[in-house]
Formats: sequence, structure tokens, C-alpha cells
Amino acid sequence: MSFDETTQEDGEEEQAVAAVSLAQVKHIILILSGKGGVGKSSVTIQTALSLCIMGYKVGVLDIDLTGPSLPRMFGLEGKSIFQGADGWMPVKVDTNAEASLSVMSLGFLLGDRGNSVVWRGPKKTAMIKQFIKDVYWGELDYLLIDTPPGTSDEHISIAENLRYAEPDGALVVTTPQSVATSDVKKELNFCKKVNLNVLGIIENMSGFICPYCAECTNIFSSGGGERLAKEFEVPYLGNIPIDPKFVELIENQKTEEKTLTELYEASPIYQIFKDIMQRVLDQKHPGRMS
Amino acid sequence: MTSEVLDPVVGGDERILPPEYELNEAEPEHCPGPESEMAGKADACDGCANKEICESLPKGPDPDIPLITDNLSGIDHKILILSGKGGVGKSTFTTMLSWALSADEDLQVGAMDLDICGPSLPHMLGCTQEVIHESNSGWTPVYVADNLATMSIQFMLPEDDSAIIWRGSKKNQLIKKFLKDVEWDRLDYLVIDTPPGTSDEHISINKFMQDSGIDGALIVTTPQEVALLDVRKEIDFCRKAGINILGLVENMSGFVCPNCKGESQIFKPTTGGGKALCEEMNIKFLGSVPLDPRIGKCADFGESFLDNYPDSPASIAVLDVVESLRDAVGDV
Repeated sequence: MSFDETTQEDGEEEQAVAAVSLAQVKHIILILSGKGGVGKSSVTIQTALSLCIMGYKVGVLDIDLTGPSLPRMFGLEGKSIFQGADGWMPVKVDTNAEASLSVMSLGFLLGDRGNSVVWRGPKKTAMIKQFIKDVYWGELDYLLIDTPPGTSDEHISIAENLRYAEPDGALVVTTPQSVATSDVKKELNFCKKVNLNVLGIIENMSGFICPYCAECTNIFSSGGGERLAKEFEVPYLGNIPIDPKFVELIENQKTEEKTLTELYEASPIYQIFKDIMQRVLDQKHPGRMS
Repeated sequence: MTSEVLDPVVGGDERILPPEYELNEAEPEHCPGPESEMAGKADACDGCANKEICESLPKGPDPDIPLITDNLSGIDHKILILSGKGGVGKSTFTTMLSWALSADEDLQVGAMDLDICGPSLPHMLGCTQEVIHESNSGWTPVYVADNLATMSIQFMLPEDDSAIIWRGSKKNQLIKKFLKDVEWDRLDYLVIDTPPGTSDEHISINKFMQDSGIDGALIVTTPQEVALLDVRKEIDFCRKAGINILGLVENMSGFVCPNCKGESQIFKPTTGGGKALCEEMNIKFLGSVPLDPRIGKCADFGESFLDNYPDSPASIAVLDVVESLRDAVGDV
């Protein structure tokens, strides 16, 4: 697979409409955080699985180019992308019934999982443009976009590429400690600058329940997400505790007979995340095709 | 969303970074780089809105590299703190390493924050309110202690929460200023904190310091495979870029419940953790640091965890790593 050289020649007129590849996508949600390692990819995967359990068709795009984690987390390492008649075909995840789940990530294009992608900005910008233009998603209820930390090339590019695509908005993930929230504040200011709606803030890793004595320890302190939501006047969607069982579920999915959605539906963390997702759905965003 | 707002948008931008050149639009994919000898002449330059600007820039070897080398000539050891993954504790470890080294009054220590979009060092060192002073000879870093200087973009922001929406080329210019124009003076150690990933910041720091010499990199990871996956990429980058790897430290490994003393593996090392990775990649394993909720608290308040809780197993583990690190760079 090589880069399409012609993408460089797009004029401004073509930019004025959303990419054709997104024509059958009803909702677009970005998952953002200024800070790294707060659980953007975990929240992305949980959002995807929750929506699947609710029966929606979901696509997930990973624009973390230098550190793609989604192939591993969805249990799709070693899979590859094919060029179909309509564009690049994302990798499918087995789900139940009418729902569907497909994933696109640079991880699928790397020869070896340990290979580094050492790219400066212009190359990353071009890749993201191709991801938006050339992936054939088909009919989707939700397209989730997982991002790297920061407010740089990837973020500027995705904002530019989605300029006319009317995304629902962004889920902003943070951990409770103030070192993390101060970076997330920068991300919220970024959203303001590019007029990206904030669907709400999710506080991840808030508290750890000891498996021996059930005592809850706030390893990364607590309450930071809620304070942040108040300060920026955006909805607070809830907090997710640290749950080593979720990590285990992700790591051991290969050895289980059931699909990832079935495993997730049975896990206790789904009961918590379901409510968070419901708060997003209750906002009843009209979507792009209404 | 207009293109204006996507330009670098920090208010009073010029104050932070006098731009030597301003591009009309983002560089195309195969851009040779505005600083390269091919700038304005490569195939990708045809039709690029920046062609004329790039052509007019000075060519040849980067004239700033000798200046950087000269500015850094008084620094004995330069250490990069790297990890492909975010949130594993690069900045926390940089901070603790700086506190630990500067506890020795005979050592002069500098801590530089290369994370332009998410600077954390000022917060963790407890000096967010400081400002940088500019003089004829350059920028004076902020002194946290008599023998501990630090530099970060955070000191230059109009407001604490300002977003720094910069593309790579703009970040590279600031990194160059940090190396060329900051008066580090004589230092025993310069510890450089980096952002996650393998992109502009990492390529640039290696290129700009090619003649000054980097002693090596300390790799930080957490135990779970999702983190190790990204760390493998960073190690691959170091090998390709010719950066010596001093060793790897595993952070957040194991958590002891303060109530019942039961130990849990929060970030479970399902594939053997940092130690197995070191064996696989033939890297020195410098030790593991357990999770201690007080580390995060100290970082939030900008206090030294090592001073406040010298008896914590985490403090002891960190000091061990610092010792091995000093060994690895041939100090002591």
C-alpha cells in the first residue's frame, strides 16, 4: 500500500464538503486528552463495545500514529488492511447480531509490531488525510476517533479534515491528579479554539478497590475531573475506577471462546460505563444525516 | 473552524518565539524540510505555497549546530528520558532524578522540558509561577534550588491553561532556542524530559545535539503489554537514531494496599513486564518502582517525594535506579 500522491493536490473547493467516505456515517465522536496514558484508548474501546452491545454499527479510527494501541486492545494484532473497490477495508471484530464493529489503525500497516514509525508532522498530516478520505466504512451509526496526547499535528489535521463533517463532539478523558488536569485544560482550550463541541469529561483511574479488603485507595487522588467540568462548564459524565480485571479481559480475550463484546457485557466495569454512555446518548445529538 | 484559528494560537505568540520564518501553509507530505539543502528544490516543492520562502532560507549545514554545541559545552552528562507511551511517569521520574542528583550540593543539575504541548515539569518542581528572564546573552532558566535549573514552555505562556497548538516545525524552532539560547552555564547533568511518541521532538533533539553528544537515554515503562508495545517502538527508534540506551526502569509495578498491606498488580505484567523486555532486547534493567499514591500527591504539590518520604520502598527503589544511572554514564 502506498500513499496516494494525488491527495496533495486537493483544492479548497473539495475541502468545503465533508469527505465522501463519511457520507453514510451518522455520528462522529473524538476521544481526546492533553495527557498521555490516561486511558483514551481504553475509553475508546469501552465506548465502542458499549455501543455495540446496544446494537449500533460502530467504526473506530486510531490516529495515534507513533503509538497505536487499538489493534492490541481489540485482539487484532497481525491482521492486515485490504484495498477494496471502494477504498481501504477496515478490520472487522466479531460481534453479536445486528451490531458491527470495524477498526482502522496504522498498527495494521506495520510489518513488525516492534517497528517504530518515526515521522515528522507533514507525513502524519498526509496519513490522517488518507485515513479520512480513503477508508471505506460503509454504513455506520458511530465513528469513534482515538487520538494521541497533545495539541499538535494530528489534532490540527483531524480538526481540519473534519471541518465540514459536523462531528458530534469530543469525549475528554482525564485522570484525577492535578498534573493531568492541567494538561487536559489545554486540550479543552484547544476544543474551544477549533469550535469542537465537548460532549463531556470522563475521569478514569479514579480509585482502586483492593481485592483483599475492599478498601478504596485514590492512587491518583480524586475529584479532578468533576472540578474540571465545572470550571469549563461542560458536562461531567462520570468516573471509572481502576479495574485490573478489565486489563485481564483485554489480555486474555484470545483464550476465551466468547466474543469481546460478550466478555465485556459480563464484566462489572460495563455496568459503570453503560451509565456514562447513556449520559452521552441522552444528549440526543441529532447526528450528521438528519 | 477557520484556518486562522489553526495557526499557532497562543496569545502574544511572538513574545514566546520570535519566528525566523513563517510558512504559508503546512508542509506537504514529502517536504524535505525548510532547513534542508533541498528546501524549495525538491519534487514536493513544486506547487507548494511555501516554495519561495524555503528557497530564500540559508542553505548548507545547519549553522546553529555549532552554536548549540558551544552553548552546551559546559555540560558533562546529557540524559534523555524516553518512553513511547504517555503517562508512564517520564516527567515524574525526571523530577525525582533531578531532586535526587541536586541533593548532592556539589552537583549542578538542569532539567529541560521538551514536551511542548503538555509541559509538566514546572508543576512537579513547584515553580509554575516563575517567568523566564531574557538578557543579551540569552534566556536565564528558572532556579528551583541553588543547583537545580529548569526550562519549560510553561513559563512563557500568557495563561497557565493556554493551549499550544503548534505543528512540528514550530516546536522544532523552540527546541532549538532551548538548546542554543538558554544559559545553562556549567552543569554536571542535564536531564531532558520528552513527550510520548517518536516524532518531531525526538528527531530534532537528536539532530540538534549530534555534535554535543548525548550520553544516552533512560527508558521508562509500566508493566502491562499495551505500554511495552509502544516502548518497543521507542527502543527501535533509539537504535535507528544511534542513541545509546542507558537502561530501562519499570514504574507503577505493584501496589501495596495501605489498609491491609496486600499487594496487587494493577498494571499486570502479562508478558513478563519490563524485565522480560530488557532480556529480549538486551538492555540493562535498572529496577522497578512500586506505585505509591503519595508520589502523585507530591507531584501535584510540587514537592520532593524523596525528601518527604525517604523510607518509602518507592524512594529506595528510585535512589537505586539513580545510582545505576550514574554508574552507566561513568560518574561516581
